[in-house]
Amino acid sequence: MSSLTLNVNGRSVTADVPDRTLLVECIREALGLTGTHVGCDTSQCGACVVLVDGRSVKSCSMFAWEADGAEVTTIEGLASDGSLHPMQQAFKEHHGLQCGFCTPGMVLSAVDLATHHADASESEVREWLEGNLCRCTGYQNIVKAVLVGAEAMEAGA
Amino acid sequence: MQDFTFRRPASLADAVEALRSIPGGKLLAGGQSLIPVMKLDLAAPATLVPVAGLGELRGIRLEGSELVIGAGMTHREVGESAEVAGAIPALAALAGAIGDPQVRNRGTLGGSVAHNDPAADYPAALLALDATVVTDRREVSAADFLGSMFETALADDEVITAVRFRVPEAAAYAKFPNPASKYAIVGVMVARSPGGVRVAVTGAAPGAFRHEGMERALAADFSASSLDGVPVDAEELLSDPQASAEYRAHLVGVMARRAVEACG
Repeated sequence: MSSLTLNVNGRSVTADVPDRTLLVECIREALGLTGTHVGCDTSQCGACVVLVDGRSVKSCSMFAWEADGAEVTTIEGLASDGSLHPMQQAFKEHHGLQCGFCTPGMVLSAVDLATHHADASESEVREWLEGNLCRCTGYQNIVKAVLVGAEAMEAGA
Repeated sequence: MQDFTFRRPASLADAVEALRSIPGGKLLAGGQSLIPVMKLDLAAPATLVPVAGLGELRGIRLEGSELVIGAGMTHREVGESAEVAGAIPALAALAGAIGDPQVRNRGTLGGSVAHNDPAADYPAALLALDATVVTDRREVSAADFLGSMFETALADDEVITAVRFRVPEAAAYAKFPNPASKYAIVGVMVARSPGGVRVAVTGAAPGAFRHEGMERALAADFSASSLDGVPVDAEELLSDPQASAEYRAHLVGVMARRAVEACG
């Protein structure tokens, strides 16, 4: 057993978890943040995407211990003071979801893209979402939401 | 997944010592291949030695006619590096098209080279760019380092620290990817240098290889049409539900032509 320290959504937390614990297991089970979903558990679907030091990762394919000392942002950490994050707002306004299962991963993946490539084109957004699978929407509204959300993030930055 | 313990190394020398002294110890780089394999219990190391964060494995620099990339650099870092884009744009493009963005945020050059997946992209670049694999104790040419499927010359306690790529006059990589995984069903890198032309193929066979017939044809006339009539033998190529050996042989020709055309 090891006691690791993570800065999750701006709050320092410690977790006593076995070394083999995946980051997603730590987030959901030890920290109780169930907004991060486990879809395939084989690093295909992207439902488990979170940000580690600002970069999107599949938290089912990283050990919790590898994030020791890192800043982790989950979907619960995006809204502030009761206001949705611009990317969440864009997904809401443009109906970038149907069942919502893939949405936390989609939003965090999109935040990574928009943070580092604010002016990404539609085709770049589609390429970027390679690692996030949605089985409902056909992606049209997701792509629209990411483009609008990226613009809103840039405007608010 | 089987239980294991982490042994965090303080330095490269410490990592080597850990791998040497701990029975069942295994190096962990970005984990994008090893962790899925461990979930399936196809690998069950008793101890993992994580090395990706070690300072000795970081960095990208131009040294004379070679681009030296630290083994711990992620695919995203290589793909977005101005140094790489300036020296060997084809290598930046190759790294930027591995897997998906999240895999690229974790997966590393050293991890990919040590794993030597027959459908990985980097082995084609190592062969085409006459690369040298640098470890904690020696330097090995890519041709001597890369073995067949998942085999390399790396010892159990040896750590890749960097790869030195020879900067070519022109190079391009063309990949026919599996639409789901983005692994290469066939990927071909063509590199033209004063010393000659190299054509390296990944995905098609149990290990990446150079196609000497194409290299000779391109050395005589560096144009896509010079590859017309150069045979690609399907005998040694892989056949699986994604693609037959004959189809892969055809794709080798198509990807090679595209790469030559992209060299400009």
